[in-house]
Amino acid sequence: MTMAQMPVRPTEPVPPVPAAHRRGRVARRRRREDLAGYLFLSPWLLGLLGITAIPMLLSLYLSFTDYSPLIPVTESNWVGLENYRRMFTADPSYWHAVRVTVIFAVIAVPLKLAAALGVAMLLNKTMRGIALFRGLFYLPSLLGGSVALAIVWRGMFSGDGAFNAFLSFFGLTGKAWINDPTWALPTLMLLAIWQFGAPMVIFLAGLKQVPTELYEASSVDGAGAWRKFFHITLPLLSPVIFFNLVLETIHGFQGFTSAFVISNGTGGPVDSTLMYTLHLYKAGFVDLNMGYASAMAWVFLLVVGLITVVLFSTGRFWVHYSDSEVR
Amino acid sequence: MRSKVVRLSALILILAIVLYPLFWMLGTSFKSPAEIASNIGLVPHQFTPGNFAEGWHKFDVAFGRFFLNSAMVATLTVLGNTISCLLAAYALGRLRFRLRGFWFALMIGTLLLPGHVLIIPQYILFRTLGLVGGDFPYLPLIVPHFLATEAFFVFLMVQFMRGIPRELDEAAVIDGANPFSVFRHVILPLSRPALVTTAIFSFIWTWNDFFRQLVYLSQLKDYTAPVALTLFIDSTSESSVGPMFAMSLLSLVPVFLFFVAFQRLLVEGINTSGLKG
Repeated sequence: MTMAQMPVRPTEPVPPVPAAHRRGRVARRRRREDLAGYLFLSPWLLGLLGITAIPMLLSLYLSFTDYSPLIPVTESNWVGLENYRRMFTADPSYWHAVRVTVIFAVIAVPLKLAAALGVAMLLNKTMRGIALFRGLFYLPSLLGGSVALAIVWRGMFSGDGAFNAFLSFFGLTGKAWINDPTWALPTLMLLAIWQFGAPMVIFLAGLKQVPTELYEASSVDGAGAWRKFFHITLPLLSPVIFFNLVLETIHGFQGFTSAFVISNGTGGPVDSTLMYTLHLYKAGFVDLNMGYASAMAWVFLLVVGLITVVLFSTGRFWVHYSDSEVR
Repeated sequence: MRSKVVRLSALILILAIVLYPLFWMLGTSFKSPAEIASNIGLVPHQFTPGNFAEGWHKFDVAFGRFFLNSAMVATLTVLGNTISCLLAAYALGRLRFRLRGFWFALMIGTLLLPGHVLIIPQYILFRTLGLVGGDFPYLPLIVPHFLATEAFFVFLMVQFMRGIPRELDEAAVIDGANPFSVFRHVILPLSRPALVTTAIFSFIWTWNDFFRQLVYLSQLKDYTAPVALTLFIDSTSESSVGPMFAMSLLSLVPVFLFFVAFQRLLVEGINTSGLKG
């Protein structure tokens, strides 16, 4: 805070104060603000240290040990890079988990964003009932992460579920989708896409900021709907698309509940729904191999961090921030 | 005019598909075991409300206990999140102190930190402290929320507080207020909308949360509703499908009620901060 910003009491005339004295008062005030700041921040600081930083360092250490909750930490052995070696070369399920997670994120996230953008654009031009529609489309985002919804999904895509009834309507015969190694993962993706409401709400807010004059001007110039979409909507919306992409990607990598429920905790059939976090959970809390699971967690952290960095650095090439940009 | 009709029809069709699973759940939870296999439509021919009583008493502990456990964890989490995140947000958003920018950047960094990474060392930490299991096994689920570890809410409140005119603080300071009385008399009353949004999202997310509760709860009587629901999956006999859907449906009722009551606030909440629902 500079002197100019310092609030002075206008009611009392400010007496001339010796410079040294004034410095002392400024220092005192600064100390008081420091004290207040850190006092208000203290619960968060404690959490940062105790719930985030120390556990992170602890898990880095544990990833080089054979720690298991069955023995005290002090009696676990330093095994060097063994956990990492095993992960990359001796655990086929690990690579299944990586594959499943990458496929899930690469397919489900863009489809979810496409659905969100599509419905947002339909809604944006609708005048009446927009709040009701918006709310109802958003509802799955609130419910979809729950165990209850995963159970519903399990029921819908089982052999005698609603989806097959729908297919038989068209004379098609379905199968037990969740028990099929090829189709179990797409079933999970569908559940993720079903929750497109949250990014849709954000897209809708972004679309509201696009000036309508741009569309009118381009209509005068004879541009069709596709040209308008690719030359006006997409560029102007790119900051919002980027924001949703980062959030949904990070979120997509962490899918656990639906995979756990639909495979009954196994990641099956044949590892086809073994999301990374599910494999980590099984290693740590079922096999009680916490050293190994810690190594998995750190690789996960590094990869997700790397992907975030890559997203941000490629963002420079396709995200447009102009003066007349969205918001 | 024609395009308007097409658009509206498309929206209604998509909405019907999106809401179908919810109606199907509603219908199935009232179907008899025989009907679950034969009638896959929405409406049960034979209305079977007995599924609810059967599901409620399916396990050695009644489902009411699981709901109470869930409600307790969620309520305490709401309390912890609103208090601790408000304090942190006031410091980061309104006060000037040394290293504030550094802490703010760290807070943003933890926003993107995948929480599953920390579950194992946190588990070990809480176990070392003797907080895992025992008579009250919920502390590891609750304590982190009293320490503002949910950075989303800190961020949401910082964003909100930036919208409160600074002149209000300055006027109060001129009147002799210190940072504590500014907090008490200016920021706290004006932050109510952000507090309500945080409270609702905290409740819904904790109510739906599964991963942590699965890790920390091992006794049947301590189970929360989501953990208890997974017990149904183990017993996959036809007869338990109706009760399973009935209890699943019940477990979504609180979330649905919150949605109905606070729909606008929730939608605005994700807009200001990009919160995930």
